[in-house]
Amino acid sequence: MLIKYAGVVIIMIWGIVFPAILLGLSKLFHPNNPTPTKLSTYECGLETQGETWVQFKISYFMYALIFVAFDVETIFLYPWAVRFQSLGLFGIVEMFIFMAILIVGFWYAWKEGALEWM
Amino acid sequence: MDIFIKIAGALQDWLMNGMGLSVTASELIATAVWALVAILFILVNLIILVWMERKLGAFFQMRRGPNRLGPAGFLQFPVDIVKVLGKEDIIPAAADKPIYKIASICAFVTTICAFAVIPFAKGMVLEDLNIGIFYFIAIGSTATLSLLMAGISSNNKYSFIGGMRTVAQMISYEIPMAFSLLGVVMMAGSLRLTDIVEAQQNMWFVIPQAIAFIIYFVATIAETNRGPFDLAEGEQELVAGYFTEYSGIRWAIFFIAEYGNLVAVASIATIMFLGGWNAPFGLTFLPPFLWFMIKVYCMIFMFMWVRWTFPRIRIDHLMHFGWKFLIPVSIANIMVTGIGIYVYRMITN
Repeated sequence: MLIKYAGVVIIMIWGIVFPAILLGLSKLFHPNNPTPTKLSTYECGLETQGETWVQFKISYFMYALIFVAFDVETIFLYPWAVRFQSLGLFGIVEMFIFMAILIVGFWYAWKEGALEWM
Repeated sequence: MDIFIKIAGALQDWLMNGMGLSVTASELIATAVWALVAILFILVNLIILVWMERKLGAFFQMRRGPNRLGPAGFLQFPVDIVKVLGKEDIIPAAADKPIYKIASICAFVTTICAFAVIPFAKGMVLEDLNIGIFYFIAIGSTATLSLLMAGISSNNKYSFIGGMRTVAQMISYEIPMAFSLLGVVMMAGSLRLTDIVEAQQNMWFVIPQAIAFIIYFVATIAETNRGPFDLAEGEQELVAGYFTEYSGIRWAIFFIAEYGNLVAVASIATIMFLGGWNAPFGLTFLPPFLWFMIKVYCMIFMFMWVRWTFPRIRIDHLMHFGWKFLIPVSIANIMVTGIGIYVYRMITN
């Protein structure tokens, strides 16, 4: 069973090896003379001011929260979609119940303004 | 075009009988060889794609595009790659170095992994997993991570904002993308990509699932961070977004990953909606593999057309369009598909 996934692992290893070869090849050719100015943070020529790693806008976090809920729903819906044709009426009723729960949550998030970009 | 499958069979046979290896070992080696062939094939495609993008962009904007190196500037990109190999690898002093270094490799790995399940023709697939499309969506969502790693580890304000925007955009458009593919899964009754293509022999799913196809098309433009949804790297405001600080070959790996992603999503669109390797109207004089590539290139042409035609949209419009339009429409599409299949089965039985 698991041997079926060997191809995935192999292509993943190639995916790591290939950029490593490119990086190694580049190391042979490229010059290397760093100066403090060259290594400074790029900001259109000006000195950078203040911290970069700061607390960020809350609206990004709100989207992430709703995303988690929706993504879990998606995972539940895929097995249902595969079996849908053999489930018949039961499948349809189940779908409406499941979707209703999903839509109520979505409506609540919408009403509370979680989908607004501030 | 069975020649590839025959070569694969011959290679495995030779490893087993000629070299005296066990079945599992010879299978693994054959898979490794074909994985390498697949990667090289994608890279060759990349040269054509970059040339196509530049020439089409020039055509849509009434310019000439690259026209010095090779016929019609075709050799511009290979020469660029050689140039990039010789560029200095600058890592900013303020950067989080380990994460900065592995971010570009992570982007490449996620792109390449998506190709493990894509069938180019009957039997021409690395691993025909029974959860194919699910695997693709799972791998596709991890691509967000590498871009966030690049954005945060650079310790640059442009990169940081670019990385954050990428995450917001990609997670928002992942939901409509997954929902739009759900309709196809319901009609095919399988997650295996080969089965989905087989189910389209009589009718491509783009006809009953036209709305899903359009949703998928829009969502994948956002997923691949291409124009008009390229807010994450909007040149006028963020310089280059999450890879502002990257230079030389590290930048090139990001670039390769981005175009690889484009090929992957175009292939999935072909498999799920455009009938995969099935020939249209019974025109079977071309081999299935070529039909597949023609369809993929038609999809990529559409992506490029959209990119060079529409202006970039604002971020609040982008998020509202994703959450308040695409998601309700894709949910409605699933319900309509469900009722439609049920009614159709009731009539036919």
